[in-house]
Amino acid sequence: MLALESVTYRYAGALRPSLREVSLTLSEGEVVGLAGPSESGKTTLCLVASGLAPRTVGGTLTGRLLLDGDDAAPLAIHQLAGRIGIAFANPATQLSGVADTVYEEIAFGPMNLGLPRDDVIRRTDDALATLRIEALASRHPARLSGGQQQLVAIAGLLALRPELLVLDEPTAQLDPAGSRMVADALARLADGGASILIAEQKTDLLAEICRRVVVLADGAVALEGPAAEVLADPRLEALRVAAPADVRLSRAADVARLPAAQRERLRGAVGS
Amino acid sequence: MTGRSAPELRLESVTHVYQQGAVRALDDVSLTVGPGEVVALIGQNGSGKTTLVRHLNGLLRPTSGRVLVGGQDAAGRTVAQLARDVGLVFQDPDRQIFAGSVRSEVEFGALNVGLHRDLLRAAVEGALATVGLADAARTNPYDLGGSRRKLLALASVLAMQTPVLVLDEPTTGQDVAGVGRVRGVLRDARAAGHTVIAISHDMEFVATEFARVVVMGGGRILADGTPAEVFAPSGWELLRSTYLEPPLAAQVGDRLGLGSTPTQAALLAALAGAAAQ
Repeated sequence: MLALESVTYRYAGALRPSLREVSLTLSEGEVVGLAGPSESGKTTLCLVASGLAPRTVGGTLTGRLLLDGDDAAPLAIHQLAGRIGIAFANPATQLSGVADTVYEEIAFGPMNLGLPRDDVIRRTDDALATLRIEALASRHPARLSGGQQQLVAIAGLLALRPELLVLDEPTAQLDPAGSRMVADALARLADGGASILIAEQKTDLLAEICRRVVVLADGAVALEGPAAEVLADPRLEALRVAAPADVRLSRAADVARLPAAQRERLRGAVGS
Repeated sequence: MTGRSAPELRLESVTHVYQQGAVRALDDVSLTVGPGEVVALIGQNGSGKTTLVRHLNGLLRPTSGRVLVGGQDAAGRTVAQLARDVGLVFQDPDRQIFAGSVRSEVEFGALNVGLHRDLLRAAVEGALATVGLADAARTNPYDLGGSRRKLLALASVLAMQTPVLVLDEPTTGQDVAGVGRVRGVLRDARAAGHTVIAISHDMEFVATEFARVVVMGGGRILADGTPAEVFAPSGWELLRSTYLEPPLAAQVGDRLGLGSTPTQAALLAALAGAAAQ
């Protein structure tokens, strides 16, 4: 379990905090979505929840990060790395740059955990299969398309099998099928007991895989609750967050003043 | 805007092979985009979309086949020469950004395509205003978040005032306001008669903003038509074969037997029409 207790975080040299009094709980097997407009603090929250800020990023933090109820402050970055995995929006930041093939890239993490060779191979094969990228195994990571790199970066994370996953817009560059594969993989991981925090602009994806959604605005929690309720909240638009396509479609039908019977027809078809 | 009119873009049987023959990223692709066309390029990851657009400004050269810009073979022109006609915004802004301030970043490209000093200021201010970064002109680009860095990369290319604009996934990572800025850029381009080619995975954005949609798969062009044609139920099998899903409005329209309704507006109009009968 991961918890943030009243976290305020300020980057080094910044005039204002990027996170203000944020509290958040991530239970075992729970998928929590993080929405919010650009620069509302989503990426910063991902860095704090994974322990990278302030450890490697610098800055000052007040409040506490708790792992299974214990204060994470005394833990060093390598101790956190085995427990919390983070994926960044830009896969170029994530890839090791030292591997000549996708296979080596994905095996890089488990090898660095010092796992036995057989275990590394099993985990790498599993991660490739989960995201259906076996065909890329012998390709050079730098020569893949942006979306393919994103899948490889996520596969590298899956191979570490962390109990907690923090994902910052993991499907930003993926085609709809790639997004689906990532969504399916995350759902399976959560079923297996992993806790997942996922920041996304694509609220359709959040609606599908999250139990709860937190919306940030200007570094503070603006909305929080069950995914279906938060994503249908009329205040979302004022917070510059696009509602899922089905919510927007139903809303547009109301605005267009279609006859009630047609609106009912539409609602039925949207839901099916 | 400059008086330069948009050149026709033409790919003739272009094949591009990466990695000593291991990967055929473009496989005998022919495509003509007329002046002022606004074209979306869709397809699964790795289908050749980015490879295709990088041929338009000479960043990549065909392994075989020809690229013609304004009727001239691009093989005879340098990237710098082609950049006066074709402005390309990368998917990843960090491949593009290097300057110490937002303003100098935007000025750099415009200066390099030979924009006159007198016009430079207006071009830079205009581009910054279009993407909503006017108040951040003195900021270091790396103090901007990822989505605003992406808008900065877009502004740098807008300031070059090229008659052809190529955008690689412009709405990725943008919030409602950012997507609105990108829509504004497309609107301005249409009004100026400029050509736009944009790669996108956002089918709703594609169906709403583009008159022509080109579907790629395995380095080839699989379909080419209006959104109503490409997103019509008869085309879904092909879309799904390349791992794309039609927009929700199209799926709902089909469930209700309303024909091809690629956009929310088309769907609501069809529903209103059905109610009137």
